[in-house]
Amino acid sequence: MKVLVTVKRVPDPETTIRVKSDGSGIETDNIKYVINPFDEIALEEALRIKEKLGAGEVVLVSIGDSVVTEQLRTGLAMGADRAILVGCDQDLDSLAVARILAKIVEDEGPQLVLMGKQAIDDDANQAGQMLAALLGWPQATFASEVVLSDDQQAVKVTREVDGGLETIGFALPGIITSDLRLNEPRYASLPGIMKARKKEIKEVAAADLDADMSPRLTINSLEPPTQKEAGKKVETVEELIGLLHDEAKVI
Amino acid sequence: MDFQLTDEQEEICKQVRALCSRFPDEYWRERDESGEFPWEFYQAIADGGWLGITIPREYGGAGLGITEAALVMQTVAECGGGTQACSAIHLGIFGLEPLIKYGTQAAKDKYLAPILRGDIHVSFAVTEPDAGTNTTQISTFATRSGDGYLINGQKVFITKAQESKKMLLLTRTTPFDQVEKKTLGMSLFFADIDPEAVEIQELHKLGRKAVDTNMLFIDNLYVAKEDLIGEEGRGFYYILDGINPERILIAAECVGMGKRAIERAVQYAKEREVFGRPIGKNQGIQFPLAESFAKLETAELMVQKAASLYDQGQPCGKEANISKYMAAEAACEAADRAIQAHGGYGYIKEYDVERYWREARLFRIAPISQEMVLNYVGEHVLGLPKSY
Ligand SMILES: Cc1cc2nc3c(=O)[nH]c(=O)nc-3n(C[C@H](O)[C@H](O)[C@H](O)COP(=O)(O)OP(=O)(O)OC[C@H]3O[C@@H](n4cnc5c(N)ncnc54)[C@H](O)[C@@H]3O)c2cc1C
Ligand SMILES: Cc1cc2nc3c(=O)[nH]c(=O)nc-3n(C[C@H](O)[C@H](O)[C@H](O)COP(=O)(O)OP(=O)(O)OC[C@H]3O[C@@H](n4cnc5c(N)ncnc54)[C@H](O)[C@@H]3O)c2cc1C
Repeated sequence: MKVLVTVKRVPDPETTIRVKSDGSGIETDNIKYVINPFDEIALEEALRIKEKLGAGEVVLVSIGDSVVTEQLRTGLAMGADRAILVGCDQDLDSLAVARILAKIVEDEGPQLVLMGKQAIDDDANQAGQMLAALLGWPQATFASEVVLSDDQQAVKVTREVDGGLETIGFALPGIITSDLRLNEPRYASLPGIMKARKKEIKEVAAADLDADMSPRLTINSLEPPTQKEAGKKVETVEELIGLLHDEAKVI
Repeated sequence: MDFQLTDEQEEICKQVRALCSRFPDEYWRERDESGEFPWEFYQAIADGGWLGITIPREYGGAGLGITEAALVMQTVAECGGGTQACSAIHLGIFGLEPLIKYGTQAAKDKYLAPILRGDIHVSFAVTEPDAGTNTTQISTFATRSGDGYLINGQKVFITKAQESKKMLLLTRTTPFDQVEKKTLGMSLFFADIDPEAVEIQELHKLGRKAVDTNMLFIDNLYVAKEDLIGEEGRGFYYILDGINPERILIAAECVGMGKRAIERAVQYAKEREVFGRPIGKNQGIQFPLAESFAKLETAELMVQKAASLYDQGQPCGKEANISKYMAAEAACEAADRAIQAHGGYGYIKEYDVERYWREARLFRIAPISQEMVLNYVGEHVLGLPKSY
């Protein structure tokens, strides 16, 4: 079974993000980048499916300029078989991403596309859904469990919905987007890193894919969250209750 | 000259950092308190294939150089594990070189795979009560007996003897007064730590409690002939081969630990307010930290130079020794200054920096003392007369 996994390069959640003073974007100096954590979970799931079947292929795809090679190498070191880098140096909105991915899917013909439910940089949560619509494929978003049928023709996916779990099924091919609790991704091993050196990263230019990438969204401005004020220490419970009542007006 | 890490080296550091993030400060603090060996950490390193980093690929390792091994060790120390983490894996990372280079095929086939998996630990048994710095004075003796040897004697400061099944054991096979040259007549064995013949007594140390260091009383320990490494009588030279890489790795560990101490001090100095402002605003706090950082960066450069020379098969005695000297000094000073910046809290275990201070102190003494490094530089680099 061939599984396509999408990989987006995003700022490391551990780094402090600073918004540029003119609000046009974030300061990118000294920022470390990682694979979008939800994509890492998607990749882990793909690797587990392949390991369980004892056969198959896990193919990574990332869109961006040559720096995303770093994230693709990490994914290959985790165990993916090969990667596709769609070269593109313009900012893309979710629909343009989905259109590019649709072309890659048509070309590669995977039975399953595993994606993160959202990227932690723009939190858009729509590329998976849009891709499913463009392809006319079934989709299961927010997956917390994926079970492949014995004949490998269908999947059952448990989804985390408000207040509970929903289990749905569909016939492959289809699209699954991962939620946080789907699995815990592995770390790349040293032999994995060594093997990744020899794995193929195929480069294609987004412009050659005949996908409509015209922007439909513009980012008007970014603002950092408001600074939290320092807390206050109180001496007694009475004082606390007084402040909650008079100052915070919550009781 | 190229000071840029390759993509693969960057990836190695990144993945080691990710692995270490599973072992937070509390883990190492707790080990330092209980003295329990960091099994979980050790196993995670073995599972990740990291123990085989310098082992040739034909034996299942990654076949990388000391440059990469040093990056791994620096990263492990820098992530907060300090010497408890580094010493737990140090020997697996490099110390098997004599076995790989000079051991019998049978021994290699039998032991390398389980060592890489983390199933067999190995100790390095050289130092004796009457032979520390002056290794040639060892008196532990191996007498031929049947198809092998019977060994008797005493070793001291043997790290990880309690976890280890095997040890690289240096003994005399010709008494000191019967050899032409004092460095001859010693043999290296890949011996069992057989509880019937080896009594182990733990030493209580200043730091690094989780990784035991012991006295060994060896009484009629039998070693088969196939476990003699290389030729009889040449054991000292096999050990000499490994001392430069060992010094480079120790230096890398010191750089990592020192950087960790400074990072913690900087973080604290930004947050702690005294006299209405963060203490880091005072030059009295800021300058010592900045200076220590500068020294650590410089030591790191020497580590990388030494490692790079070694990996290219060039002589690196000068660089390896100097890197160990500078890194040990820089780490001790950095840890001391980190305590100082923390004020009274630096003296308290919850703040971790006192642990780095206790741990870093070891490297002014072992595996070679600072004095002996200076002897080396004085005599072999500067060409001054031998002072001892
Ligand atoms: C925690 C720990 C773990 C260790 N682990 C191991 C291990 O696993 N395996 C192993 O074999 N060994 C191990 N060692 C031993 C270590 O290598 C020795 O402690 C070290 O080589 C010094 O030997 P010594 O302690 O006998 O000091 P000594 O040789 O007695 O030296 C004492 C002091 O005199 C100084 N000195 C000696 N000669 C001269 C000179 N000519 N000029 C100037 N100064 C001189 C030394 O620098 C030192 O400061 C360990 C030691 C420690 C503390
Ligand atoms: C084991 C132990 C026992 C103790 N026993 C007692 C006791 O019995 N009774 C008691 O009352 N206290 C006790 N203390 C507290 C001790 O007196 C304080 O730790 C000490 O006064 C420093 O205060 P601090 O720890 O809050 O450090 P801080 O005031 O937070 O200082 C942190 C660091 O910043 C530096 N710093 C601060 N301001 C400046 C500046 N303007 N310029 C340059 N540097 C600056 C300090 O020198 C220090 O290095 C004890 C502490 C310890 C560790």
